[in-house]
Amino acid sequence: MSTTVTTQAGPRVWHAREEHDHSGGATMIGFWIYLMSDALIFASLFAVYGVLSRNYAGGLGPKQLFDLSLVAVNTGLLLASSITFGVGMLAMAAGRTGRTMVWLAITGLLGAAFLGVELHEFATLVGEGAGPGRSAFLSSFFTLVATHGTHVAFGLVWLIVLLMQIGKRGLTEDNRRRVMCLSMFWHFLDIVWIGVFTFVYLLGVIR
Amino acid sequence: MTAHVVTAHGHGSKRSLVIGSALSILLTAIPFWLVMTGVLSSPGATITTIFAFALVQIVVHVVCFLHVDAKSEGGWTLLSFLFTAIIVVITIVGSVWVMYHMDANMMPT
Repeated sequence: MSTTVTTQAGPRVWHAREEHDHSGGATMIGFWIYLMSDALIFASLFAVYGVLSRNYAGGLGPKQLFDLSLVAVNTGLLLASSITFGVGMLAMAAGRTGRTMVWLAITGLLGAAFLGVELHEFATLVGEGAGPGRSAFLSSFFTLVATHGTHVAFGLVWLIVLLMQIGKRGLTEDNRRRVMCLSMFWHFLDIVWIGVFTFVYLLGVIR
Repeated sequence: MTAHVVTAHGHGSKRSLVIGSALSILLTAIPFWLVMTGVLSSPGATITTIFAFALVQIVVHVVCFLHVDAKSEGGWTLLSFLFTAIIVVITIVGSVWVMYHMDANMMPT
């Protein structure tokens, strides 16, 4: 028994070093798998919207309710935030802490503006009597779009916490890994929004 | 070697950012312009076009912003992305297709 214990001590050290070499990669692929599972949640919400989107219950449809110019502004804000995040990533790759923080802060402001416009849109809809309880179409619309908005809101919380951590400790290896994960999360949300503005808003106004 | 792969995956290059940004601005602006002005007279043509643009833009984002290619993480990101894409398409197209036929073929009450 005791010999087994002593032989195990050797490989354990080797194993730890092996793990260290791959730690960044393992985190990235793990976070990527999480994002893919998130994509499945959005797929089911898109499917629900696709099935229910014509059941107006005698109420107003997308053509009367959606304000496309508002959606265009919102889409521009989110797309711009994805681009500024990319610029921040380049600054991080160059090892410039101050620049990274500035670009991440700009990204956060654009994300907050996106959420502000979305909340304004929701408030307008509810004010017109087109709240989530009005029809199956509006229930599925609010569920899909608000789930995306909630993701953006949590991304903002994550971004603010990261900014504080970078401010305190700088671009350490841990902070770099966190910024890289948030970058994937943020770009992923922009991809989901492509589906939202095409499938929900543009298609809704056409038909 | 491993460290190099990880860095390349997470940060991307200036070139891919510039190309990705330019393409996605174009691929977003055109569908909005098409729908808001109603240039294409038939709704069918407009719908086909905006869906094609969305599909291309998703690929542009995945390649230029998320840096998914056959090399990153030994091909596992690409493989899991393709797997998810298949499931997503089955879920959305399948649900809409089934419900459309239920609606069309069931007896009215």
